[in-house]
Amino acid sequence: MKLDADLEAQIDRWRGYVQRRQAIAAADVDELEDHLRGQIDDLLGTGLDHDEAFLVAIKRLGNLDAVSREFAREHSDRLWKQLVLVPDDADTRAPAWRELAVVLGFAVGTGIAVKVGLSWSNGEAGLARNIGLLVFPFLAGYFAWKRRLTVPVLATLLISFAALAVLLNVYPFASFGSTEVLAALHAPILLWMLVGVAYVGGRWRSDARRMDFVRFTGELAIYYTLLALGGGVLIGLTVAVLQAVGVDPGPVLAEWILPFAVPGALVVAAWLVEAKQNVVENIAPVLTRVFTPLTILMLLAVLAVLATAGGLGTVDRELLILMNAILVLVLSLLLYSISARDSLARPGFFDALQLVLVVVAIAVDAVMLTAMLTRITEFGFSPNKIAALGLNLLLLVHLLRSAWLTVGFLRGRHPFAALERWQTRYLPVYGGWALIVVAVFPLVFGFA
Amino acid sequence: MRIEKDLVAAAATPLVLGILMDGDLYGYAILKRVGELSGGSLQWTDGMLYPLLHRLERLGYVTSLWGTSEVGRRRKHYAITDLGREQLAERQEQWMVVADALRQIWQAAPRPVTPTEGWA
Repeated sequence: MKLDADLEAQIDRWRGYVQRRQAIAAADVDELEDHLRGQIDDLLGTGLDHDEAFLVAIKRLGNLDAVSREFAREHSDRLWKQLVLVPDDADTRAPAWRELAVVLGFAVGTGIAVKVGLSWSNGEAGLARNIGLLVFPFLAGYFAWKRRLTVPVLATLLISFAALAVLLNVYPFASFGSTEVLAALHAPILLWMLVGVAYVGGRWRSDARRMDFVRFTGELAIYYTLLALGGGVLIGLTVAVLQAVGVDPGPVLAEWILPFAVPGALVVAAWLVEAKQNVVENIAPVLTRVFTPLTILMLLAVLAVLATAGGLGTVDRELLILMNAILVLVLSLLLYSISARDSLARPGFFDALQLVLVVVAIAVDAVMLTAMLTRITEFGFSPNKIAALGLNLLLLVHLLRSAWLTVGFLRGRHPFAALERWQTRYLPVYGGWALIVVAVFPLVFGFA
Repeated sequence: MRIEKDLVAAAATPLVLGILMDGDLYGYAILKRVGELSGGSLQWTDGMLYPLLHRLERLGYVTSLWGTSEVGRRRKHYAITDLGREQLAERQEQWMVVADALRQIWQAAPRPVTPTEGWA
């Protein structure tokens, strides 16, 4: 029986609501939905209209809290949401194992690439420029396989990676000159955008897909940190045991284990995010709620120190770089909070808190810009200063508009989606700026 | 007449297993059958059936299989196992004993009259 669109929407909303219960697995939601639809069909048969049938069916299904508790009692393990990397269902086993093989293939591939790069470079700056090129294409490759990219998208990605590789290696950079360091710092941003294109399956124009990629980036960072922690403990214990029996694991560790483990873990982390998105979805809101107030406190402290430190012109370069890093971190937190938020939820206390974060960040950014302009008028231009200035201006625009839209959202003038759209629309600007720094700066500043 | 919650809970397992003796069924059909058999007086919250079915599955009394419904929805069918049949036979005996004991008591003593206008 074909149900009308309104009823379908109601059932969808109910599904979303039920899915948030940790104790009720996706398959159980399917089962409950089948029940609900069966009940609705029968009720419609007795002459109820769509709304009435839906309400009665929901009512008969029972109080969701109680039902959920009953599920939890039966499936207490689910509250821990164990990672099921290879599903047990017989019918899906073959693809899951194939995926694992592909993931490990790409992970080993990037390990080999980094290892080869390490042995060729002999510690020169060339490796720093190219390290991203040795890792990110493998990550993009995994998504290209996973999303079954079309030939045009695949070709565009390959050409972009190749063009960037040529650019980074053909330019006659002065060894460890500022333009080379800047190029090495900005190339990963471009590479990450290319990974993003692969992640969204070539549909990079879609705001929703871009938001997925933001979410993915945040979750990847969490998974990677977890893997790094676990790996660190494992390596630390092994090293301790080996040293206790008089074997020095240092060379093997530095030359073989780390070059494979560090980049390989990135591919594995990406796969984990793909395999089990739910786990982190539950952590993300918690993390953002914990770190947003803490970051506000940190920014306020920084602001207070800067204000009392005297003349802004004396603020040194190291500090400016650090402050840039802090602002980028704040922006990441903002993006991640926005991506983790249910866009239909009504404005609340946390949104106000987020506004405070943005406003404080704007204040810090304004102080930074003043300091930078002072330095520039005093000491003149340099590639580093222009790069930092550009990034700060981009951040300022991003933050100002975010603050404006957040105020609008809190007052009920815009939907939350407007704020989301602004984030996803603005992101490519950073890619454009990174491209300018990588491709144009060396030419303008004579590869110094 | 509505049957008390605890009694429904106690009857749930033998009821579900007994219904499955007639053939494989999915959750909603099991509930409908319960309703028909009891003339609607045995009612429980629909959602509670599924944790129960999952428990029976964990205990090995039933097995489940995903199939598709007439309209192409995913639907989970349950079937009773040999262990489930044994379990049902045991429960049947227990209930027989209980029912028999109750019947003997009620035959000996008259049915209590519900006091309707006790004060008058």
